[in-house]
Amino acid sequence: MSILFSIESLTAGYEDKVVLRDITMQVEENDFIGIIGPNGGGKTTLLKVILGLLKPFSGRVDFSPGNLRYNQIGYMPQVAQGDTLFPVTVEDVVLSGMMHGKGARGSMGRNDKKHAGEVMEQLGLTSLARQPLNELSGGQLQRVYLARAVSGSPRLLLLDEPATYVDTSFEADFYDRLRLLNERMTIMMVSHDVGMISSWVKSFACVNRSLFYHPHSKITEEDLRLYGCPIQLVTHGDVPHVVLHKHE
Amino acid sequence: MMENLFEYSFVVRSLLGALFASITAGIAGTYIVSKRLVFLSGGITHASFGGIGLGYFLGISPVLGAVVFGLGAALGMEYMSARGRMREDSAIGILWALGMAVGIIFIYLTPGYAPNLMSYLFGSILTVTYGDIIALGIISLVLIAYTALFYRTLLYISFDESYARTFTTHVDLFKYISVGLTGLAIVLNIRMAGVIMIIALLTIPANIVMLFTREYLRIIVLSTVVSFIAISAGFAVSWFINLPTGATIVTVLVLFWLTARAVRTLSRRRSSDKIKKSVT
Repeated sequence: MSILFSIESLTAGYEDKVVLRDITMQVEENDFIGIIGPNGGGKTTLLKVILGLLKPFSGRVDFSPGNLRYNQIGYMPQVAQGDTLFPVTVEDVVLSGMMHGKGARGSMGRNDKKHAGEVMEQLGLTSLARQPLNELSGGQLQRVYLARAVSGSPRLLLLDEPATYVDTSFEADFYDRLRLLNERMTIMMVSHDVGMISSWVKSFACVNRSLFYHPHSKITEEDLRLYGCPIQLVTHGDVPHVVLHKHE
Repeated sequence: MMENLFEYSFVVRSLLGALFASITAGIAGTYIVSKRLVFLSGGITHASFGGIGLGYFLGISPVLGAVVFGLGAALGMEYMSARGRMREDSAIGILWALGMAVGIIFIYLTPGYAPNLMSYLFGSILTVTYGDIIALGIISLVLIAYTALFYRTLLYISFDESYARTFTTHVDLFKYISVGLTGLAIVLNIRMAGVIMIIALLTIPANIVMLFTREYLRIIVLSTVVSFIAISAGFAVSWFINLPTGATIVTVLVLFWLTARAVRTLSRRRSSDKIKKSVT
């Protein structure tokens, strides 16, 4: 496995508050990492630093091992961010994922629109292309934002709590789509639900000011305690899902 | 003969004024309504009244004073909200009242009577000069060029600013330019529509169009058309039955809006009836 990028002695936060302290990690190509940890532990902050939206206090994110570039990162933010009442169509939102490297004019050619069309097709959005966002359901909105994140054909896909758009019954479908995408790109996904995502991810990263990388999708409560990663375990009633593995 | 010439020049001025006001209302109005900056725009307008007062007091052009104050208010509020140090609506409220207060104090201190004061508050096509028209024409052209050149970047910054930051480092620059141009567009329309009523010109056309489409570019184009019809109708009515221009335009716009709402409700009901019939 080759390294896509590495994080070296990274310390980051906001104003005078340190959120992440001295983090070191190597991300391998085609990994599917579930980023877990308590609220305020620094999961979103980590994504922001990788995206270049937040400058670290010290340390760095090194893209040189895999020749990764900023315009090869796709990003799906948390729910509340975009204004869904804003007059913008599904197609326009998907096209915005291809603005990287287009310069300030950001004009879209026929090939760009064709590519956006293909992405929408793959995610079952073709019939919604001209629809405004305010007429979409949570699940459709989730796929629109995923389409935006992948329309630029990224090598690294960052997802921040993608499941909060929909209720749990639709989650499996979404994660199946991610698994397909994972054949082409490395994925890092923030989630609060370890049990749910452990069937899909390949590894975990526990983020709670510090970071522990766990190279398997099986993670035990003891691991979590060891990593200093106190997370509330969610159970889903009748919905079948993989429960945390106990030590045998 | 003289009367004909006067009438001809008046009609030309009115139509050009209506055209340029419509373009600014279409572009700046769509931006303001989509981004929910209606209250901010009210703040900019009223803050610029301070500049009108100062213009009178110093014996310079009140419009020039309004431009300086309006632009200052627009950029200042953008700066304050970007730093997140202040409750934005409170800041707007303060600036709103302060602008009016400063304007009134300066006009009070100015010796003699300020003859066109009412026209600044309520708008009047009669006092609009060719200089005003040219200024409006220039800002219209600048707005068209700016929107056409950077359409997608502007659209995406307006829709989702933090996502836009992942593909451009110029988000703040574009925001300042957008707000600055919006401020200028607002202020230059004051002569015609008036401080108190310009907000209607910027909000109602875009709201009418958004009842029927939610495509950003279409909203710009169609609200320009709606504005032009409403302003021209307002001019004609105010001219023939001698009513204040600004107030007439606002009334026409609101009538258009009510009609549009009724049309949409009826068409939705009809299409749902069709669905019901096809089901049974």
